Amino acid sequence: MTLDEVPAGQEVTVVDLHLEGAEMQRLLDMGFVDGTRVKVVRNAPLKDPIDIKIKGYLVAIRRNEAKGIEVKTE
Amino acid sequence: MKHGHRDILVGLAGQPNSGKSTIFNMLTGARQHVANFPGVTVEKKWGDYRYDDGKIEVVDLPGTYSLTSYTQEERIARDFILLEQPEIVVVVIDASNLERNLYLAFQLREMDIPLVLCLNMMDVARRRGFKIDTQRLSAALDVPVVPTVGKRGKGRAELKRAIVETCERTDHHPAQWRMDYGGGLEPILVRLETQLRSREHLMEDFSARWLAVKLMENDAEARRILLHHTHDETGQQLCDSVDRLRREFVEEHGKSPEKIIAARRYRTAARIMDDCVSRDKADRRTLTDKIDAVVLHRLAGPIILAAVLFGFYEITMGLGTKLANWCFPYTQRLGEPIAGLFTSSDLLRDGIFQSLVTDGIIGGVIAILYYLPIFFVLFALLAIFEDSGYMARIAFILDRLLRGFGLHGQSTLPMLLGGVIVGGCAIPGIMATRAMKDQKARLTTILIMPLMNCMAKIPFYILIVGIFFASHKGLALYSVSVFSFIVALLVAKVFSRHLVRGETAPFVLELPAYHLPTVGGVLRRAIERVWLFLRKILTVVVAVMILVWFFVTFPGIGTKREVQYDLRMVSARDTLVKKLGTDNRYAGALQGNNLIEYLRFQQRYKEEKLAVGDNNSELRRLTRTFESQNREFFLLANRGRDAEGKIDRDAGKAARALRKFAGTVKKLKFKRRKEMVRDSYAGRFGRSLEPVTQLAGFNWRMNIAITSSFAAKENLVGTLGTIYSAEEGRSGEVGKSIRAAETDWTKRHAVAILIFVALFPPCIPTLIMVKSETGSYRWMFFTAVYPIILGFILAAIAFQIGAIFG
Ligand SMILES: Nc1nc2c(ncn2[C@@H]2O[C@H](COP(=O)(O)OP(=O)(O)OP(=O)(O)O)[C@@H](O)[C@H]2O)c(=O)[nH]1
Ligand SMILES: [Mg+2]
Repeated sequence: MTLDEVPAGQEVTVVDLHLEGAEMQRLLDMGFVDGTRVKVVRNAPLKDPIDIKIKGYLVAIRRNEAKGIEVKTE
Repeated sequence: MKHGHRDILVGLAGQPNSGKSTIFNMLTGARQHVANFPGVTVEKKWGDYRYDDGKIEVVDLPGTYSLTSYTQEERIARDFILLEQPEIVVVVIDASNLERNLYLAFQLREMDIPLVLCLNMMDVARRRGFKIDTQRLSAALDVPVVPTVGKRGKGRAELKRAIVETCERTDHHPAQWRMDYGGGLEPILVRLETQLRSREHLMEDFSARWLAVKLMENDAEARRILLHHTHDETGQQLCDSVDRLRREFVEEHGKSPEKIIAARRYRTAARIMDDCVSRDKADRRTLTDKIDAVVLHRLAGPIILAAVLFGFYEITMGLGTKLANWCFPYTQRLGEPIAGLFTSSDLLRDGIFQSLVTDGIIGGVIAILYYLPIFFVLFALLAIFEDSGYMARIAFILDRLLRGFGLHGQSTLPMLLGGVIVGGCAIPGIMATRAMKDQKARLTTILIMPLMNCMAKIPFYILIVGIFFASHKGLALYSVSVFSFIVALLVAKVFSRHLVRGETAPFVLELPAYHLPTVGGVLRRAIERVWLFLRKILTVVVAVMILVWFFVTFPGIGTKREVQYDLRMVSARDTLVKKLGTDNRYAGALQGNNLIEYLRFQQRYKEEKLAVGDNNSELRRLTRTFESQNREFFLLANRGRDAEGKIDRDAGKAARALRKFAGTVKKLKFKRRKEMVRDSYAGRFGRSLEPVTQLAGFNWRMNIAITSSFAAKENLVGTLGTIYSAEEGRSGEVGKSIRAAETDWTKRHAVAILIFVALFPPCIPTLIMVKSETGSYRWMFFTAVYPIILGFILAAIAFQIGAIFG
């Protein structure tokens, strides 16, 4: 499952990133490393980007990038 | 002995919003300067303070989440540390967001520089129930830790002391601390390190450990450093072997090294958190969560946003403009002393040098100074938006809408200020793009700024709409702004697809916790930015104004015409003398150069009287002053009355004759100017274009109005007035004379002109802004030219289609 498929309000665990270069590095820097718990807080009014809670702070990412984040529910 | 007189250079690093600038202000107080980092538009702030008898210089680095070479901010921060080699780096850590902030601290730690950890936002951390054991934290990282609350200035003395003490430590062995990257990576790193250590001159400047990690992370800059510092093939060989090692690593572990590196850093951060932090409150809904639930709500969110943006726009343009208009008379005065140095004895013409300095340079500078109050208001509001955390929410809500056009959620504010709706100003719009980290979207936003409806276009819209669409004024104006908005979006799309290259930052936008901005912080930021703007723009403005002045002034109207004007002046003067008669007591007072003196006196009197307005007591004081300066002149200037109101018959008569004379002179001067503009290079150019511009229905008069108002678009209506010989400045009159002169104009002429003006090229100050914000004359030139071409093509199409349908 990828992060863009997770409904708002649900919490999941990051498994892997399928991205490249700057995009991937930025997400790694923000804490999207395997084993991290993330929560989809809400969608933007136009469904994109999505608001995510990770390691106690909030970050918005576009669906496109969320597609590259593989997650699992537990 | 302490550090003595040796200066200490301190770099302030940290993640965005961790409070670096606040700590910077806490350390340096008022002694600070703002500029840009060399070559880029990221702000550079530095300042200093004294400690014991040494001077400590502090540089506020841009906020970065990490220290890779992918983004401009990160490169700047990193290069500063590597190349400027500060004695010490203070890393400002948001204690309420410790885990992510430690991630950056580790990387700095790896760089082998003396470090002090400033644990900021302790109040927020405490409020959220975190208890941090700073001693354990200090031991875990082997660096001094100073808890602070930057906003309240708490921890200032401790931080200052820690900075100096850390610098003095001679037993500094930073390399003792090592991050453990795990069994898969460590052997590779160690091997790389050994290979790197053998290159001595490389090791003088860089830490082997850091370079090894960066190479394994596939950092482009690290490779460059390596290649740059090794002059034989071994550098390239080493790079190749790094590539091979990376490939092998991926094959063996199924993951790229950078993923492992990041994961290990975060794991270490989590371990340190476990060790040093305890929490006595469960994870409750924070205030930020509650505000977001409303502000980012699917329905309420956009409505609130619209209201906030409307308010923002109203305040900047409304209050800002009011302030600007209020200040303008005073700014205008600034040029007077210089203008006063040039006293031409020719009533008809200003000297060449005079017209260059007064019309060209001073005029240009003052035109820009006019905007300062608007900027001040704008920057203050922007600071509130940024500091409070709402700015990121705007981008969050609107990103989807704007992204399709190559723009960014953060383009909203610039476009709004530029005048998407109606009546903005491109200069603050361009300034507001500074907050955008995505360089490509930022450049695109800057490039479409000229297509917004700047305030100077509005009088012209009103003029044309008033003539041709009098019955549907509102609708016509609305259509113009909708039209320009659509064109702007389409242009943005085309530009971003085919023209603009640049770093696109991945859209990973932190939505920071809400903070209540402080008055001091907001004001300070506003002043800083206004100052930065001033310094940058004034250097360019002089060059550009000289060019423009040249093209609308030269080659002049030729000696023959000049002699004719001289003759008309002589006859005007003869008339004056005749009218005065020989028995008028004031005839003598106006002989020779006295006449010029008098006219100057009268001009001054008129201006100051205007400035005083209806204030009676001020007015009385003014008349007395002028009367005491020169009684005869005063009587003439005051239509024959003295300060008490007593009439002097001779003076009254002379005053009438003088008024007539002054009127004639003004008319002649005006006519000569008009002729000069028409015959100038710009004017000739405009006329020569008539065969082409006919396609859109523009005749040479329109062409000249357009070319010559390029220097100051605010004057478009005024220029038209000049050309159609109407009384200056009254748009009603201009409308009448246009209708009288252009009897064959129809609605399609009007539509074509409106389209063209809606896409009219930006004014000179805007172009200068484009230059200074993009750092390129090419973009400046492009921004000046493409709206003309685009506007003309669209106008021509509309005009021709109009012809088909009659
Ligand atoms: N409660 C609290 N707020 C703080 C503290 N220090 C700074 N702030 C606030 O945090 C916000 C961000 O502070 P800045 O100093 O602008 O942060 P910065 O690190 O310079 O941010 P960037 O330049 O964007 O990277 C401001 O609104 C400050 O007033 C603190 O110790 N406690
Ligand atoms: Mg800052």
